[in-house]
Amino acid sequence: MTTTVETPELIEPEEPGGPDGHGPSDHGHGGEHAEHGPTGLLKWLTSTDHKVIGKSYMITSLVTFFISGAMALVIRAQLANPTSSLVNFQTYNELFTMHGSLMLYLFAGPFAFGGLANYIVPLQVGAPDMAYPRLNALSYWLYLGGASMMTLSFVVAGGAASFGWVAYAPLSNSINSPGAGTDMWLMSLGLTGFSAIFTGVNLVATVFYLRAPGMTMFRIPIFSWNMLVTGILILIAFPVLFGAVVMLFCDRHFGTHIFSVQGGGVPVLWQHLFWFFGHPEVYILALPYFGIVTDIIPVFSRKPLFGYRGMVFATLSIAALSTGVWAHHMFTTGVVLLPFFSLLSYLIAIPTGIKFFNWVGTMWGGQLSFQTPMLFSIGFLFAFLMGGVTGVLLASPPVDFMTHDTYFVVAHFHQVLIGTTVFAGFAGFYFWYPKMFGRMLNERLGKIHFWLLFIGFWLTFIPQYIVGLKGMPRRVADYLTSNGWTGLNQLSTVGAMVIGVSFLFFLVNLVQSWRKPVLAGDNPWDGGGLEWFTSSPPPHHNFTHLPPIRSERPVWDYNHPEHRKDESHGDKRHREHEKETVGASS
Amino acid sequence: MNAFTNGSPTSLLARDPSSDAHPAGPSDPARGRRWKRLAVGLAIGAPLVLGGCNFYPTYGASRGVTTQGQDTFKLYSGMMTTGIIIGGFVGILILYTVLRYRRRSDDMPKQFHESIPIEILYTAIPVFVVAVLFLFTVLTENNVDATVPNNARITTTGAPVLEVKITAFQWGWRFDYPNNNVSVSGEVTDGPGGLGPQMVLPVGETVQILLVSNDVIHGFYVRDFNFSRYALPGVQNRFDLNIIKPGLFPGQCTQICGLYHSEMLFTVKGVTPSDFATWTTSEIAAGHTLQRYPVPAANTPPPYTHVTPSNALAAPSAKKGSL
Repeated sequence: MTTTVETPELIEPEEPGGPDGHGPSDHGHGGEHAEHGPTGLLKWLTSTDHKVIGKSYMITSLVTFFISGAMALVIRAQLANPTSSLVNFQTYNELFTMHGSLMLYLFAGPFAFGGLANYIVPLQVGAPDMAYPRLNALSYWLYLGGASMMTLSFVVAGGAASFGWVAYAPLSNSINSPGAGTDMWLMSLGLTGFSAIFTGVNLVATVFYLRAPGMTMFRIPIFSWNMLVTGILILIAFPVLFGAVVMLFCDRHFGTHIFSVQGGGVPVLWQHLFWFFGHPEVYILALPYFGIVTDIIPVFSRKPLFGYRGMVFATLSIAALSTGVWAHHMFTTGVVLLPFFSLLSYLIAIPTGIKFFNWVGTMWGGQLSFQTPMLFSIGFLFAFLMGGVTGVLLASPPVDFMTHDTYFVVAHFHQVLIGTTVFAGFAGFYFWYPKMFGRMLNERLGKIHFWLLFIGFWLTFIPQYIVGLKGMPRRVADYLTSNGWTGLNQLSTVGAMVIGVSFLFFLVNLVQSWRKPVLAGDNPWDGGGLEWFTSSPPPHHNFTHLPPIRSERPVWDYNHPEHRKDESHGDKRHREHEKETVGASS
Repeated sequence: MNAFTNGSPTSLLARDPSSDAHPAGPSDPARGRRWKRLAVGLAIGAPLVLGGCNFYPTYGASRGVTTQGQDTFKLYSGMMTTGIIIGGFVGILILYTVLRYRRRSDDMPKQFHESIPIEILYTAIPVFVVAVLFLFTVLTENNVDATVPNNARITTTGAPVLEVKITAFQWGWRFDYPNNNVSVSGEVTDGPGGLGPQMVLPVGETVQILLVSNDVIHGFYVRDFNFSRYALPGVQNRFDLNIIKPGLFPGQCTQICGLYHSEMLFTVKGVTPSDFATWTTSEIAAGHTLQRYPVPAANTPPPYTHVTPSNALAAPSAKKGSL
């Protein structure tokens, strides 16, 4: 079937949405679609549907987020007073190690590329599922295994790993960290690492090969673009981590001396391998969240994204640069080439700056409304701005010498990571929750959540910058009264407790949405991506039909045909497309 | 992130205002005048604030008690000023946009989606800022990392060089003075005031530190030096310190090194060269010599007794210079 498209007309998706009998006429009012296969618990255990797996990922990663957040509160309580004895040294070292490990390995990444991306990317590119659904299920079960193993390492003899989330050799060898907790930590990285690699393969293949007709690369929403780039970065970084983990395991158990001086090994090699993974990892954690914000801001500004192509190129250059800056974590080792890594680190500021101005440009001249997802996105802008500016300072080796391993750095990366994973992450959660569950979250509770989090966030981390400049090192379980760090630490602790309270409102909100559901409809925010075209939640194979795709927000074009003519990307090709014939699946 | 600047990095060297290019955000003609006013205000105001004052704000940091630390401080202060101006500009721009364009009606806003000149502008200006920051970074870095040749007893100008070998171990520090036959060592909260072992250094002389570790990685860090460096097993790290004023400067291990990482304190005491000579004599008299405490074979930690967490801070012993 071929049609000359004059007015928006629906096209069949490449793979029909299953034998559920829905024709084009009842689009958008899908309601309950016939589910395939088993239901109930068996569905969660056996499904290869990207939406079920995405939700499983999100639930698991949020559980680790809350466990890890609770650890952070204990850490802050310990530091509220000098020479505190709330927990002993060993427990404290385990707590900050597991806080970092859970947040970085089990929450931040999996929540974005396992959870949100798994659910949203196939919808945004108009695909019926991920490219390899069974591999996708394997990813989740590997992740669940790894997450359980790391979390349960607290209960084994010797306790959990206690060398920080970076596990520098030789502190992580069998002499200094003999316990089984360390081995569980390593195995967990192996399992979750492969989980990430498989998800990366899946994301890349889905975006490259399963796009709907008309969905060219420059019409993919930025969230999916960023997930594609994240997938590529995962394929670069995680195999290196796995290699390093295997080497360390061999050092610990099979008598190799890769990282030990005694046997002729090089301890600093671990740092090179780890950070060759670790710095791309920072952008594996950040890029998805940049994508979330980039999708949300245009919707609540009622405007298209400003500088779409600039955004894509900025993301690509951040990804490229991120593979060449690993040694900026190692400036103080004295064994790396400082100017090279300093320059590349500085250069990352340029594409990041472009992103900021594109976000501002998108809001400029718009009609901004401040529902919860938009509030969280704006919170992200401020948080990431502060984290980004202090990051530029740290790109300078001499400034890094004076602040390395102090609370200045702790405050810096918490502002970056909370800005992205928490502010932008929960922006995405509030934004897509109606799509995933077909019901709205309460706006008032969402706003209380935001404001408490926002206030608590600044109260926690601004004092940490100052106390870091006053000389407080990271990962210390106590300090002296004479250091003069007490007041600032107490402010920080109060802020952390406020953050903790803010998440109670989030939990209440979730419970309320299940007890007193407010139905969302297909497109509660007037969103522009393809995910807003199908029902909430979407049927088994996502779409029964698709709108014509002529820009990065096809649903917006479809719903606002009178404004569509403004949608071209500065060239006339798009308008000509409208005269072209759109081929539907034969 | 990084965007627009003014002359603050330049003022690091020249300490005089410069008038570099100034920001213009994404603008639309109706708001142009407001922008112009803001830009002009910043262009005139910021260099006045920065260049007019002949000092570097501390922003919470130490001004440094070594020549190297002072260089680092000046770089830090200049970068911080730049960061505050750029970050402040972007922050105010976001805040302004959010407040100015909050939804007031259901009218559909103009659907513009790019402006190539502005996009080029806000790509080019950060490139310039980064280039300037990198230039000053390299200049400072060369000063901070400059060392006299290994084992040199005098500098090129003929001034004496004191060599000190610092050995970090779980959990304490050992300070060897090979040219003076003095060795000071201590664990956790040993030493004067329970602040750990003390490294005495002469003021006004070049001190070359040779930093090694006996077991795991430790971090040598003195806040007032604005400097830290890892003690890496298998690596000999060298750096120079030129202390410029007497005083007591607390230091601490910054790299997680095991159970008592938090307790791995030490102090540096800067004294006049004559006091330093007196001190070495008294240390030798007290028997704190290299002969009594021979330099241990690599990777063999010096003997020490464990302390338990409960008494680690509560009951600091007052012994000094003993193992």
